[in-house]
Amino acid sequence: MTEKRYRFDTERRQFVTGLAALPLLATWPGHGRTQNPAAPVVPELRGIRFELSVGASPVNLTGKSAWAKTVNGSLPAPTLRWREGDTVELRVGNRLREDTSLHWHGILLPAGMDGVPGLSFHGIAPGESYLYRFRVRQAGTYWYHAHSSLQEAVGVYGAIVIDPREPDPIAADRDHVILLSDWSDEDPHAIVRKLRKQSDYYNLHKRTVGDFFRDARRDGFDAAVADRKAWGRMRMSPTDLADVTGLTYTYLVNGAPPAANWTALFARGEKVRLRFINGSAMTFFDVRIPGLRMTVVAADGQPVHPVSVDEFRIGVAETLDVVVEPAERPYTIFAQAMDRGGYARATLSPRSGLQADVPPLDPRPILTMQDMGHGGMAGHDMSQMKGMEGGCGADMKMPAMQHAGHDMSGGMIAHPASETGNPAVDMQTMTPSRALDDPGIGLRGNGRRVLSYADLKSTFADPDGREPGREIELHLTGNMERYTWGFDGIPFSKADPVRLNYGERLRIVLVNDTMMEHPIHLHGMWSDLENADGEFHVRKHTISVPPGHVRSYRVTADALGRWAYHCHMLLHMELGMFREVRVDA
Amino acid sequence: MLLFLMCFALPALAQHEGHDMSQMSSQPSASDKPQATSPAPLPAPTTEERAAAFPDLHGMDMRDHMDDDPVIGMLQFDELEWQRSSGTSGDDAGLAWNLRSWLGRVDDRLWLRSEGERRDGRTEHGDIELLWGHATGPWWDAMLGVRHDFGQGHPRDWAAFGVQGLAPYKFEAAATAYVGDSGRLAARAEAEYELLLTNRFILQPKLEVNLYSRDDPENGIGQGLSDAEFGLRLRYEIRREFAPYLGYVWSRKFGATADLAQAAGGDRSEAQWVAGVRFWF
Repeated sequence: MTEKRYRFDTERRQFVTGLAALPLLATWPGHGRTQNPAAPVVPELRGIRFELSVGASPVNLTGKSAWAKTVNGSLPAPTLRWREGDTVELRVGNRLREDTSLHWHGILLPAGMDGVPGLSFHGIAPGESYLYRFRVRQAGTYWYHAHSSLQEAVGVYGAIVIDPREPDPIAADRDHVILLSDWSDEDPHAIVRKLRKQSDYYNLHKRTVGDFFRDARRDGFDAAVADRKAWGRMRMSPTDLADVTGLTYTYLVNGAPPAANWTALFARGEKVRLRFINGSAMTFFDVRIPGLRMTVVAADGQPVHPVSVDEFRIGVAETLDVVVEPAERPYTIFAQAMDRGGYARATLSPRSGLQADVPPLDPRPILTMQDMGHGGMAGHDMSQMKGMEGGCGADMKMPAMQHAGHDMSGGMIAHPASETGNPAVDMQTMTPSRALDDPGIGLRGNGRRVLSYADLKSTFADPDGREPGREIELHLTGNMERYTWGFDGIPFSKADPVRLNYGERLRIVLVNDTMMEHPIHLHGMWSDLENADGEFHVRKHTISVPPGHVRSYRVTADALGRWAYHCHMLLHMELGMFREVRVDA
Repeated sequence: MLLFLMCFALPALAQHEGHDMSQMSSQPSASDKPQATSPAPLPAPTTEERAAAFPDLHGMDMRDHMDDDPVIGMLQFDELEWQRSSGTSGDDAGLAWNLRSWLGRVDDRLWLRSEGERRDGRTEHGDIELLWGHATGPWWDAMLGVRHDFGQGHPRDWAAFGVQGLAPYKFEAAATAYVGDSGRLAARAEAEYELLLTNRFILQPKLEVNLYSRDDPENGIGQGLSDAEFGLRLRYEIRREFAPYLGYVWSRKFGATADLAQAAGGDRSEAQWVAGVRFWF
């Protein structure tokens, strides 16, 4: 039964191997139609009662057969369509030979329904089932995934769309879920073991001797040497943009690899709402639809003031709704991995079988000392000024520019004592930025209007309204070489819970002391992001913190219980960047 | 000059812009303020609500459930090579190995290190070390354990202690001191570097130096700096785990050790071509 959906995979594979011929076909006039079989259709389940079964299914997403863990035999899991105000019941059975669980990401619910084994329930043993039952108190785009071991990395994730009880303020004629993910035929536990043994295992784009001579020619010998010295002293590599890369990952849209060309249809003149969900284990995506402006209307399920962009970065676990008004022709939905090692791709088309040009991957970005919070100047503010990066913004090595008065970072930052002399902490940011308006590494000055957190503004005022009564500062820490992660240098297994008082409004300040971007997710409660001046900005469930940055947000502790709080990069979470947040009355 | 001024002035402009923006963004929230009334304080939860929020998990806890520091083991032959040298004493071929393996978690690992040479089907000299490595900082491990020397000479046992890790500029380094029978002392220092010609063609220079506190004629060792070896190996990583290589190794004996070698008909210094594989799993 579960195998049924994948019967056409061999066919799809044959198509994939024949991919080289595709661009040719596309260029023949009137031959834009391609022969590829339909990409998988993700089942949609509606209503208030749901029967879900977690099991194993064979898949072939790369040309080799592998086993996935799936819900109802589907990768991704079926899209669940709920209605705000309904009480939903989900019976989840386990047909695996290990415990499983499903967690409803971003959904406000009683602790016992959150689905985190060992915090809020027991998990679901093999052969058993668990009945989740809760009232749906919100609307928008969310998702769900396993919270057991690394099952999320091998297929246990799916979309949740919640229709509002009132007429939807976001007007669209048609609606498509675009669920982005990463797939590896390797067992994710094997990936963890490899990274522990050699943390740069998946980075085949480190700088070489040839790159040094190229830089020396371009920037001068002294500058190239100084740059190598700065990175060498830190024992780090400016090419470390992703832990796990296209070397092992195939990037998927709704379970379809790029060659399968998953297609979203629309009719002439329609406004189309695309619900982007990043259900990856480890991949940030930069998304654009060449030739089409996107109006961002919701972030993490919650409405925002519409903002028109060409491109956005979506962190792991974040969701973003956009509305587009396509002309009657196909468009490529292009989602390149942040490290430019590969892409996920779909087509937005008036008819099935069409496709548009797939753009080349952007150049691979190189981290700078400014990115790491070692700049001591307003690097990010400047980078906002499009077109200046080429002139003087990109390198900014002139010592005369180091006038600290101009940055928004507020100068040096203090670090918790637990980071000192700690083998699990390999760097500390010195002068982090609080600015929200940096589009991010690899997106600055690319000539496109790129969304930043500064563009996301909730359509409502701070729903709590109180000033935070206290502040909790946590530092995101890690050691790239030893491949270990934590908060304040302490891994989950050695950490005490973060204790919140029921009903309080508090501020969480996250300081990123690593060279990687971390999407931090708090279960059970909202994270109300503030801007650099401490004003409420946007309500989210996952807050991404780039390297060299501080992010602060308010939380209303209105949900009793033990909640998970973690980096949503799955391997970072599994290797220690996780805390229990306990809300007691 | 103009460019310089622009660079100087722009951050200031950007900063002003930032302030303007933030004021703009504060406008809506200011006008919305009247609506943003503080919610009524939450009613105290009932006993049932409390119980539902903290279900009895019968001793299960996520901290036991999620292993954020798994025990992992790595067996790595840094070098497993065929060597060929030509010296005054004639052509000579042999096999050499350098093994570095570990088992453990992030902070504490059991290490097995071994190196040595075989010639004419006999182990000329070799040593094996069993050490406990403890992380003392982000980059360094303190090492404590034992070493056993074997081969043609007199076998010796040593207590070993030292450091191992990643030095600035990404030099892999290890320094170990040894205490043998009746206060005999020895020391060994090693450093290596990886130069990326491409991401798969990697040139690895490596230096090893040995020192001894006393003469040990049975093992051909004299007091002081005894020998140094400099190797240059070019490997091609077919996979990360498997890389064949070609290399050239210079070794030189010093002082009393060199005298002993020459007395035994050997060479003071030696140069060898090597071919081998580096692999791990």
